[in-house]
This record gives sequence, structure tokens and C-alpha cells, in this order.
Amino acid sequence: MTISREDIEKVAVLARIRVEEEQVSALEKDLGNILDLVDQLGAADTESVEPMAHPLNAVQRLRPDEVTETNQREAFQAIAPATENGLYLVPRVIE
Amino acid sequence: MQWDIVIGLEIHVQLATRTKIFSGSSTAYGAEPNTQANAVDLAMPGTLPVPNEQAFRYAVMFGLAVNAEIERRSVFERKNYFYPDLPKGYQTTQLERPIVGPGYVDIDLANGETKRVRIHHAHLEEDAGKSLHEDFHGMTGIDLNRAGTPLIEVVTEPDMNNADEAVACARKLHGIVTSLGICDGDMSQGSMRFDVNISLKPKGSDVLGTRTETKNLNSFRFMEQAIAHEVERQMDILEDGGTIIQETRLYNGDRNESRSMRTKEEANDYRYFPCPDLLPVVIDDAFIDEARNSLPELPDARKARFMEQYGLNDYDASLLASDSKLATFFEAAAERGKDAKLASNWVQGEFSARLNAEEKSVADSPITGAQLGDLVVRIADNTISSAGAKKVFEALWTGENDNVDAIIDAKGLKQVSDTGELEKMVDEVLASMPDQVAQYQQESDPKKQKKMLGGFMGPLMKASKGQGNPKLFNEILVKKLGG
Amino acid sequence: MHNKSVAELSRELESGKISSVELIRDYLGRLKTEDEQLNSFITITEEQALADAHAADEQRAAGKATPWTGVPFAHKDIFCTNGVATTCGSKMLANFVPPYDATVTANFRKAGAVCLGKTNMDEFAMGSSTESSYFGATTNPWGLSRGEKRVPGGSSGGSAAAVAARLVPAATATDTGGSIRQPAALCGVTGLKPTYGRVSRYGMVAFASSLDQGGTMARTAEDNALMLNVMAGFDPKDSTSIDREVPDYTATLDEPLKGLRIGLPKEYFTGSLSAAMEEQVRSAIREYEKLGATVKEVSLPHANLAIAAYYVIAPAEASANLSRFDGARYGYRCEDPKDLLDMYTRTRAEGFGDEVKRRILVGTYALSAGYFDAYYLKAQKVRRLIQQDFINAFKEVDVLMSPTTPSPAFVQGEKTSDPVTMYLEDVFTIAINLAGIPAMSVPAGFVDGLPVGLQIIGDYFSEARLLNAAHQFQQVTDWHQREPQ
Repeated sequence: MTISREDIEKVAVLARIRVEEEQVSALEKDLGNILDLVDQLGAADTESVEPMAHPLNAVQRLRPDEVTETNQREAFQAIAPATENGLYLVPRVIE
Repeated sequence: MQWDIVIGLEIHVQLATRTKIFSGSSTAYGAEPNTQANAVDLAMPGTLPVPNEQAFRYAVMFGLAVNAEIERRSVFERKNYFYPDLPKGYQTTQLERPIVGPGYVDIDLANGETKRVRIHHAHLEEDAGKSLHEDFHGMTGIDLNRAGTPLIEVVTEPDMNNADEAVACARKLHGIVTSLGICDGDMSQGSMRFDVNISLKPKGSDVLGTRTETKNLNSFRFMEQAIAHEVERQMDILEDGGTIIQETRLYNGDRNESRSMRTKEEANDYRYFPCPDLLPVVIDDAFIDEARNSLPELPDARKARFMEQYGLNDYDASLLASDSKLATFFEAAAERGKDAKLASNWVQGEFSARLNAEEKSVADSPITGAQLGDLVVRIADNTISSAGAKKVFEALWTGENDNVDAIIDAKGLKQVSDTGELEKMVDEVLASMPDQVAQYQQESDPKKQKKMLGGFMGPLMKASKGQGNPKLFNEILVKKLGG
Repeated sequence: MHNKSVAELSRELESGKISSVELIRDYLGRLKTEDEQLNSFITITEEQALADAHAADEQRAAGKATPWTGVPFAHKDIFCTNGVATTCGSKMLANFVPPYDATVTANFRKAGAVCLGKTNMDEFAMGSSTESSYFGATTNPWGLSRGEKRVPGGSSGGSAAAVAARLVPAATATDTGGSIRQPAALCGVTGLKPTYGRVSRYGMVAFASSLDQGGTMARTAEDNALMLNVMAGFDPKDSTSIDREVPDYTATLDEPLKGLRIGLPKEYFTGSLSAAMEEQVRSAIREYEKLGATVKEVSLPHANLAIAAYYVIAPAEASANLSRFDGARYGYRCEDPKDLLDMYTRTRAEGFGDEVKRRILVGTYALSAGYFDAYYLKAQKVRRLIQQDFINAFKEVDVLMSPTTPSPAFVQGEKTSDPVTMYLEDVFTIAINLAGIPAMSVPAGFVDGLPVGLQIIGDYFSEARLLNAAHQFQQVTDWHQREPQ
């Protein structure tokens, strides 16, 4: 399976990773090779096979509705790139 | 051209749990920014979600209240998109196997009819944080206290055909979640958020038109206006031969206008897949039975009881029963006031109008149901006139005084109902108005006579300093004038 | 001293022959000089280690020692350590100092173990050579004396190289597709990937949530058992951890192997496996026969599909797991972003290395509209077929044995140009993660002077049996004691 330049540009936007023009050919080749590898899946007969999301056939445990966390804003914001008045600061969305 | 309007609702209901859906952080409203955002809520590396049992209990209660099937094995999916108020870069939600399956609600319309609106499903998910766009040197501030607050998103079928039906359905669902106690129902704080999907199709056509989604409707009034606005906008476009673009529109209630939320509609590809950090949630019979046993009285049952117990008509009972806080308020007023019909009129009239005018909810009301009941007692026993009652209500509302009788005394609003005293005043007034008395007595048309009685009322009220019981004055007049 | 195992050090500390402070000073001194060649550590926490050693000596004096009190070890730099940088081998987290501990970290702290630092790894655990680390490649101590710079395997290459070079007697590691077993094999140490859910993933930076599992690395099976005793157990903070009793893994090490039924998956003895490698593995299996085990051939018919399924599922999960690295709340943020989109796309383009970006893009593609069924859903179905193969095999045998890798440690740079060549390194290990079962790699000989690993695979929650089998093998062989020059 080949992956087109347009596909690469599309997934790069979805994944929010800037891809420079000169990187696209290399990605085309590498991702194409990976997808070739993955295309072996097509050979498997999976008729009536239930998809497997988890290794163990376990069910979810639920937590009681009790507050267990305390305010640790200072510790968390000490490692943040930009904060002010307790808020995380990010650049504006430009539409 | 004639058009059919097709409306569906999507409602985000914030669940009134103590903690978040996937972490033990408090969900209390109004805390300092990011003081209720812990490692899990901030999507710190390596942190993992653990679901809150109460969120499931509430979702199941909702499902039972809307006559829905409960999914015995529900699954969480990740919905992938980037936004600063979404710390993980995906929202944990439910797509394929939501906790609440198809159900329905019956809504009461103003014309007395009942209509069934089908619920497509309701799923559990986490709320996002808040972006604050005030000026932080040209940057946006992010508060993640709300991130991870449990929501159920209720999706109806497009079964509504006008704004009244949509609002009735919204009110009904509001009544259900507040009655269940699973949501505080406060629309102004975003505890309950309604999105309206609207499309038009040529009258009688089976083919649905392109729909738009209108967001940001933080009151029922705005919802009604927004629907009218959007229907008109679409109709204008279609009648000019244009086409409707499928888009999300943001409604501005203060200006009664809407705008498209994105200038260029980004190709949304949310890449849903089952969340590998969470296992399937299995709900067993015992859990459902426990939830069923904890269900309080719901609006439909309450309405029936109001009709039975208080003798209210269908419409009044439905309206009062739809909102649990309003219903509780009414019951307190009716129990104290003894006259349920009068209590109902006051709750729906003066009281509701005042709340609306001040954009307050019943919970913020400065007066209690019992106080209104006291007022009803004094209206019913003729202690005060309806004009006087409004003055008492005003004094209660503004907090001038919290005791009805004390207000009546202080303001001298007590009506004079002593017949002897009133007769004396009538005699005096009639004696001073011989011409009018003669005119009255010569008139043969009882309708005109009735009208002429009004001419004596002014001077009588003046003579009694506004405290004469108008009903009694009327009776005495008729008698004395030889009716 | 440096050749001593955890068990031996523990006994020496207990006997009072040496104090933890002395021991830790000695290890730190050696670590600082020896690691210059290897680059197996990203961070060395000298001060903290000495403080912990003092505390450990006090604990012991107070009679409150555990087998780990005062014993040195290291954490793979994927486990969050409160107050100590946790980089995951990435520029994205180069400055990240978590204010919280992973559950595994907390467990070792509680046991009184002394962490000397954080070991190097492939960026976000994506790789099989520890060459993709932002902090430079780690070099395998084997081959160095011949002037060769070989890879230690990956992604837990720092832990494996450090243990092999005797810089620490034990180190934590993680395994998503072979990241414990492959480097253990290439460095000649013993490593265990437990059953999925046996060890908490809380605070372990996620790569692929349904495959990731924390595990152990040391020179002896006994030390792996001592590590697992600390690491295993239910954690209410990890929904996928299993609430199941944890045995004392050291208690059954000495059980005889007589009657042990070993299965050899025929699919793992073909193809890329060299004759010399195969001979070493078969010779190890003959040792097991001498110990009373019986051997038969079994089949894992879908084994050849494991890599394909893995390279859909792992990147898909990773593509979402790594979305949180967006420059907003912690970690790297690009210089002067002009708007939000610019911050996202440049932060992620600059903060992630090439292999991480490739996997995010592949995973994004596999989940995107129109491809979801053909890739993701299909891979999940194949995953079930692979699991079923193992379930069937374990109806006939107690453990499976195979080579851990198709070849010994390769030279640095040899496989970096083609990602797919690198992926094939994990051809014998990857299916185990898909099934979620436990497996070990045990030193089993040498080819061209480089270590060869024997992989021992067990049924769900059979860690005690695997450790027992490895320990018994190590009583009659000395491959695990060989020291690189």
C-alpha cells in the first residue's frame, strides 16, 4: 500500500506535527514500507473473529465518589511553560 | 413554499457527583483556577483514569427515568482532537456502546396534547476545561478545574417540529434530571447545555434537509428565540434558492443573532477507538435494581399527583411538576396557603415572572414557598386585596420584611370588611352623588348598569383609604341602588 | 563487589559487613567513570542516592529492613520519579521533573531500595537499539573491548547495558513489543516481562497502553524474582492492573523441573534465525532435558502476523497517548509560537524525534476515516487469533522456548536507515505482548563473542514458573555470570 503526499499532509495536520516540504518524500517511503508490512494483515481470515481490545478478559472496577485529591497547583505550575494568575497560558487561536 | 421544521436536541448534563469522572478531584463550582486539576486531569505523563461509580449510577437513573434500555457492557472510546481545554488531546467518551440506549419522554404541549420524543441514546463522557480569552498579553488562559467533570450527553431523535415542542422537551429533560438530583440544572453556569439541530424540508417531504447545530443556549427563552431565528435564516436561504451548509452556529442571545463557529469548516476526523486504559463497564441487575429503588418521584408521576391531590388542571400540573424545585416550592405554598389553585396562580404568575425578570432560578429565590403560602392565606381570607398582595410580595422579595402579617400591618394593607362600616361609607358616597344614582336607576340595560357601578368605586376606595374590600362594596352598592 | 547480585548484597548488608552508604558510594564512583563509554544513564542522582543510603542504614539499624533496604538499582527513565527528571529519552520531556511518583517508583522507595539514577532508552520506548534517545545512543558493553560499538537493544537498552556492565545489579524496564527481552538478550542479562496487568502502569509514561508492561532486569533469575516481589500487585490507580494475589516469587525458585513440558514453536525456529544462534538455543534446551523436562514441537499458526498487527495497534494507541505532549502544560514548547496551531505543530515537530513522529503518523493514518476497519479493527481481530494460538499451545505444554532475537547485537547505525528492518528485531517477542502473557530472556550462550538469549514464554500469571525455570537453568550454566571486558 502506498501512501500519498496528500495523505501524509492530512495526517500531519490531524496529528499536529509540522512536516516540512523536504521531509515528505522520506516519509512517503518510510510510511509506505511500514504500511506494506502491515498489509500482511489482509491475508488473515478473520471472519467471525471478535476484535480484541485488551489482553485480559477483565471488567472495569469503579471508584467510590470520594474526593482524594488536594490542590497542588503550585507544584504543577512550577513545571509549566507559561502561567499567570493560576491559569495556563497558550497562544491565541487564530481562525 | 410551505416548510416542515425538524428539530433534534443534544443535551450535555453535568452530573452532580462530588468528584470527576476519572479522578478524585473535587467538582465544586467556583474554585480558584486550576486548584481542582490534579495529575490525571492535567494529563500528566503516565497518569491513568479510574471511573467514578456514582457517574454510572446517575447515568443509569437517567436511563430508567426515560424508559431506556441500560447497556450491560458499555465501553469508553477516545475522541481525538487538539484543543487547549482538552489536556489529553482526546476526550474519553462513549460511541459504540453508550450506557443508556434508546428511550423516550412524553412532553405536554400548550394545546393540551401529549407528544412522544424518542431518545436516541445517552452516553457518559468528560467535560473540557475553560478557555479565558481576556487579554493575557495576547494569550489565552486555561482553567482545567472543569476538565473531567462527568457529563451525560443526551441525544434525541429529530422528533420535534417547532420551538414550543423543543422547549417543552428541554424543560421536560431539565425536570427529570433535577428531580433525579443528578444535575443542579443551572443553565447559566453551564450545568445543562442544550444544542439544537434544525433542518427544514418541503411540507410533507420524507427527505430530511441539511441540518445546522446551534450552540450556546443558556436559557429556555434563548432556545426559543434561537430556533425562531435559525428557522427564519434557513427559510430565507432556501427560498432564495440557496443551500444550507452543515455547520455549527453560535447563538448570541443578547443580540438575537448567530454566526458560524468556524470560518473554514475543518475536516473533522476524530479517529474514535476504544480507550485501552479502561475496561468494559459491566452493569448487573443488582446495580440497576439499586438505581431503580433510589429513583425519586419523577415529573410525570408528580403531575398526576398534583391533579389528584390539589385539583389542578392538566396544564398547570404539568408546568409545576416539570421542575423539581418549582414543584417543591409550589407544594410548600399550597400546603401553607390551603388554596392550591391560588398558590398555583401565584407561583406561575408573579413568582415566575419575577424570577425570569431577574434571571434567577428557584434556588436563588429570596422568598420561600411557605412565605408565599402565608400570602395566599391572606388573599383567600380577604384580609388583603390583590393590589395589596402585590405590595406584600414586593416587600417579601426585597427582604424588607419576612413576615406577611407584619408587612400587612406595617403598610396598612388590611381590607375593611366590616359590613356596617362599609354600608355607612356607601350611604355617604351615594348621598353625595345624586345625579349618578338617578342615572343608574333609570338605566334598563343591566350591562350598562354594571359599568356604571365602576363610577362609584373610585370615591368609595378613596373614602376607605384604599382599604375597603372591593367585593363587599360591590355587593352593598347593588343592594342599595335597588338592583 | 560489582559482580554481586541483589540477593548477595542484601545478605552482606544484613550481616553488617558493609553499610549501604559505603556500598552506594562505591557504586556511584564506578558509575560516574564507567558510564562515559556506555551512556547508559540519562540522570545520575548522586545526592539523593546518598541520602537514601543513610536512611536505609538507619532503617536497618532500627530492625525495619526489607531485602531491598540499601541495595542499589536504577529506573528506566520512563518511570516518573518525584523531583527527578523523567525524560523518556525525549527532547519533549528533557526538562520534565514530575511532582509525583509512578507506583513502581513508590514501591521501590517503600522497600528502601536506593535508586542511582535513570537509565537511557529509545525515545518514548519506540525502538530496539536505544539509538533514538535524545540523550545519545547507549553502547553495548559487549564488543567494546574489540573496539566495536554495538547496540544494547532497546528500548530498555540503558537498563540492560548498565546491568551487564555491573553499574547496577538490577534495573527496572518496560516491554511493549520486546523492550525488556531483546536488550536483555543482546546484553547477556536476565529480564522478565510480566503478564499484562501484573505491574501497575501508573506513572509509567505510556507508549501503547494495551501492550505496555513494566518489568525487571538483573543478572540472575533470583534477582528478577526479588524485583518482581516489589513491583507486582494491584494498583487502584491503574484500571487495567489485576487484583490477584502476588506470590513470593523467590519461594518456588528451587522447585525441580522434572516433568516440565516445553514446547518449541516451529515458527520461531525458521526464517531469519542464523544456524549459530539456533545451535545455542537448542543446546540450552538440551540442558533443560537434562534437568528432566520434556520437549515437543508446537505451532503458533498466526505468529507471522504478529508484527503486522503490532504495527497497527501500537502506533494507533501511541498516536493518542502522545497527544498530551502539546506544549501547553509541561515539557517542551517551541520558541515564540505565533498562534495556537503554530505552537502545537512546531512543538511536536521539534520535540519528537523521527521514529516517534513516524509512529504517530502511521497510527493517525490507521485510525482515520476510511482506514479504521481495514487496519485497526482487522489488527484487533488478528490479535485475538494470536492470543488463541498461545491458549491452544498452553493446553499441551507448560512453557514455550525460543530464541529471543534472530541475531546477536548489531553495530550502531546498521538499522537506523530503514525502520522496518529495525522492527524485525522483535519478530520473536512481539506476539507475547499482543497476547499479554509473561516471558523472560535468559542468557544462553554466545555467538561471535556476543550474548544470545533464550526466551521462555508462559501462560497468564505464570511468572513464578518462568523464574523457577530460569533459576534452575542458571544453577547448571554460567552464561549469566559472564562479564564483558
